[in-house]
Amino acid sequence: MALVKNNLVIKDAWINLDDEQDLPTGDVIVSLERWKTERETLLARSGQLGIRLNSDENPDQIIEDLAVFQVIALNFPTFMDGRAYSYARLLRERHGFDGELRATGNVLRDQVFLMHRCGFDAFEIAAGDNKALQIWLDAQKEMTTFYQPTGDGRKTAMSLRQRKRLAKAVS
Amino acid sequence: MYKYDDYDQQLVDERIEQFRDQVNRRLSGDLSEEEFRPLRLMNGVYLQLHAYMLRVAVPYGTMNSAQMRQFAYIARKYDKGYGHFTTRQNIQFNWPKLVDLPDILTDLSKVQMHAIQTSGNCIRNTTTDQFAGASYDELEDPRPWCEIIRQWSTMHPEFTYLPRKFKMAVTGAPNDRAAVAIHDIGLRIRRDDQGDLGFEVMVGGGLGRTPMIGKTICEFLPKEDLLSYLEAILRVYNQFGRRDNKYKARIKILVHEIGAEKFAELVEKEWEEIRDSVLHLPAEEIEEIQAHFNPPAFEVLPAHSSAYSEKVSSDQKFAYWVQNNVREHKQQGYAIANISLKPIGGIPGDINHQQMDLVADLADQFSFGEIRSTHEQNLVLAHVKRDDLYDLWQRLDEYGLATPNSGLITDLIACPGLDYCALANSRSIPLAQRISERFGELDRQHDIGKIQIKISGCINACTHHHVGHIGILGVDKKGQEFYQITLGGRADENAKIGKIVGAGLSTDEVVDAVETLINTYLDLRENADETFLDAFNRVGETPFKEALYGAGKK
Ligand code: HEM
Ligand code: SF4
Repeated sequence: MALVKNNLVIKDAWINLDDEQDLPTGDVIVSLERWKTERETLLARSGQLGIRLNSDENPDQIIEDLAVFQVIALNFPTFMDGRAYSYARLLRERHGFDGELRATGNVLRDQVFLMHRCGFDAFEIAAGDNKALQIWLDAQKEMTTFYQPTGDGRKTAMSLRQRKRLAKAVS
Repeated sequence: MYKYDDYDQQLVDERIEQFRDQVNRRLSGDLSEEEFRPLRLMNGVYLQLHAYMLRVAVPYGTMNSAQMRQFAYIARKYDKGYGHFTTRQNIQFNWPKLVDLPDILTDLSKVQMHAIQTSGNCIRNTTTDQFAGASYDELEDPRPWCEIIRQWSTMHPEFTYLPRKFKMAVTGAPNDRAAVAIHDIGLRIRRDDQGDLGFEVMVGGGLGRTPMIGKTICEFLPKEDLLSYLEAILRVYNQFGRRDNKYKARIKILVHEIGAEKFAELVEKEWEEIRDSVLHLPAEEIEEIQAHFNPPAFEVLPAHSSAYSEKVSSDQKFAYWVQNNVREHKQQGYAIANISLKPIGGIPGDINHQQMDLVADLADQFSFGEIRSTHEQNLVLAHVKRDDLYDLWQRLDEYGLATPNSGLITDLIACPGLDYCALANSRSIPLAQRISERFGELDRQHDIGKIQIKISGCINACTHHHVGHIGILGVDKKGQEFYQITLGGRADENAKIGKIVGAGLSTDEVVDAVETLINTYLDLRENADETFLDAFNRVGETPFKEALYGAGKK
C-alpha cells in the first residue's frame, strides 16, 4: 500500500484507528461511529484528528465539525461505487474543506484522475511505491481537455473558447 | 450540424489512446476481465454471445455523409459487411475483434465519432426527435441542447460511476417523437406565459423490470439554467440512488420510493446552491452552439410543383412511398424522407455497407449531406426538395431501401435477442421477420393503418416493448422460448405502459396471435380512421383477450 500526494509517495503519518483499539498518542483517523460516541475525548486530545467515511456515510453528518479534521478519508468499497465523487466535490467546493481529502479502498489507475478532478489530493493505492507513483503520473497525463467546471481549477473547453472569442474581438 | 473544434477532437483522440492502453493492459494480463469490463463498457464494447460488439454513438441521431461512409468502411474492413441501428439512435457492429478495437476507434475519430459512454453506469448518448430542425410542429431545434448536454456529460468526473446507466431525451415539438417520458430525464421544450422558451423536466421514466412513466418535477426551467439543474438531479441521484440491488438502481426507483415531490425538493435545494455558479450558461455560448445547427441554405420554392404531382399520379409505387414515408417539412417545397430499414422479412435496423455508401451519396446529393437515425431503427433524410423525391426514391428502391412502410405494421422494432445477446430469453429477429412476412402485403398494411409492434428478447426492454401498441416480450419457460403480449402502450406525449393480456405464447402460436389481435381490431373498429390504439382505448382489453384466450378465461 502506498500513499500518493503532491506527485510523491509519502509516509503515512496517520494511525488509522480501529474502533476497538485504545486511543494512542499521535495523529489518528477514526470512524464516524467513534467520532459520534467519543467526540469529547477525541477533542480533548493533543494529536491531530482525521475521520474516515464509508460510501454510505454522507459527510452531511460532519459538516458542522469540518474545522476539527485535518484529514477526511472517503472510502470506495468498489470502484463502481461513485458516491464519494459527489461527497468530495461538496466538501471542497461547497463547504470549503481544505485539509487532506484521501481516497481509500478500491483506488485504481483508471479512476484516480476523476478523483483528483473532484477534489481528492491523496490516494491510497494498493501497489508498491514505484508502481503507485507511476499509476498516478500516467493517469495525470491522460487527458487535457475538460468539459466540466469543478473546483480543481482546470480550464474547461467552454472557458477557453470564451477566452479565444474575447481575444479575437479585441484584436 | 455540430463540428468539433480542437478541444473536442483532442478529447476524443486522448480518449482513444487511453483505451488503446487499457486494451493493451488487458491483453498483457495487467487488467483482469473484471477490471477491464467497466472500462471497455465505457468505450462501447460489449461481450455478446459469440463475439465482442461495438456500439458507436451517433450523438442525438444526426450524422453527416462522411460519417456514414466511415461506417461502411468499418463494416467492410472489421466486420461482416453490415451494421445495426438501435433504438437509441446509435449503430452497433457485431463482429469486431478486441485487438482491432483501438484502430476502429481511431478510424471513427477521423470523422469526429466515438463510442464513449455508449455503455456503463454513466450518462449515455442523449437522444432526440429525428425530424429536429425540419418538422413543421417544433418550437425550437432540440439538437443544440443535446450538444450542450453531450459536452457537459462527456467524462463528467463526478457522474461516471452512477448507480446505473442514465439516459436522457429531448424534444422540441409538442408531438413527442423522442419518447422523453420513458427516459431517466426527459426534456420538453415549451413556452411559458411570457412566451419565453424553456424546458419541462421529467425524471424517473424507464422500462425494464419496473416500467414507469417519468414525472414532471419542473414545469418550466429557464434555458440558461439547464446544466445546473441537470447537475443537481444527477448529484442527488449519485448520492441517494440505490446501490444495493442493480435491479433497483435506476433513478426511477429512487423517485418512486421517496416520491416525486420529495425528489423535486432535494433537487431544488441542491440547485439553489449551484444555480448561479459557472454552470450558468452564457447567452453567447448558447448562440455559438446553436449556430452549428442553423438551417441549411434552403431555396425559395413554389408551394406547388406540377412535375411532382404528375409523378405521384402516374407512378402508384412512388405514390405509396410518398404517402407512407414522406413527412411535411417546415420549409415550403421541401420534405422529410424516411428510409425504411425494415424490408419485408428483413432484420429490423440492419444495413449493409453498400446501402450505407448509397445513403451517404444520396444525402450529399439531396439533403445537404446530413442523415438522421431514428429510435424506430430507420434513417431519415430531413431536407429533400420535393422535386427530388422521385429520383431519391428510385435510387433507394434499387438498393432495397424504399419499403413504403413507415409507421405501418411491418415497421417493427426488434432487439438483437438470442441471435446475439447474452441476456436474451428468446429470439426477436426471426419473430420480427415472420410477422413482417405475414403482413407483408401492402394493401393489407394500409387497411390496418398506423400501429407499432415492439419486440424485446428479455425484460431489459431494449426496444421499449412496454410502450409498443403491441408489445412482445421474450420470456423463458422451463428452457422454452415464450412470448408475453402487452397491449395499448404508447411512447408519445401521452405515454402509457401497455397491459399484459394473458399467459405467454409459444414460438408457434405468437404470429397467429398477432394476427388474431389485428383481426379483432379490424372487426370492431368504428371506421377505417380509428387506429388500433384508439380502438383499444375505446373498448379496452376484454375483446382482445377473449379473442386470444377464449371468453370467460383470465
Ligand atoms: C449486447 C446487447 C445488449 C445488452 C447486453 C443490453 C443490456 C441492457 C440492459 C441490462 C438493460 C436494462 C438496464 C436497466 O433497466 O437497468 C438495457 C436497457 C436498454 N437497452 Fe439494451 N442491451 C443490449 C442491446 C441493446 C440494443 C441493440 C438496443 C437498441 C435496439 C438497446 C437499447 C436499450 C434501451 C433503450 C434500454 C432502456 C430500457 C429502459 O427504458 O429501461 N440495448 N439494455
Ligand atoms: S431486450 Fe434483452 S435480449 Fe433484447 S437486446 Fe436487450 S438485453 Fe438483449
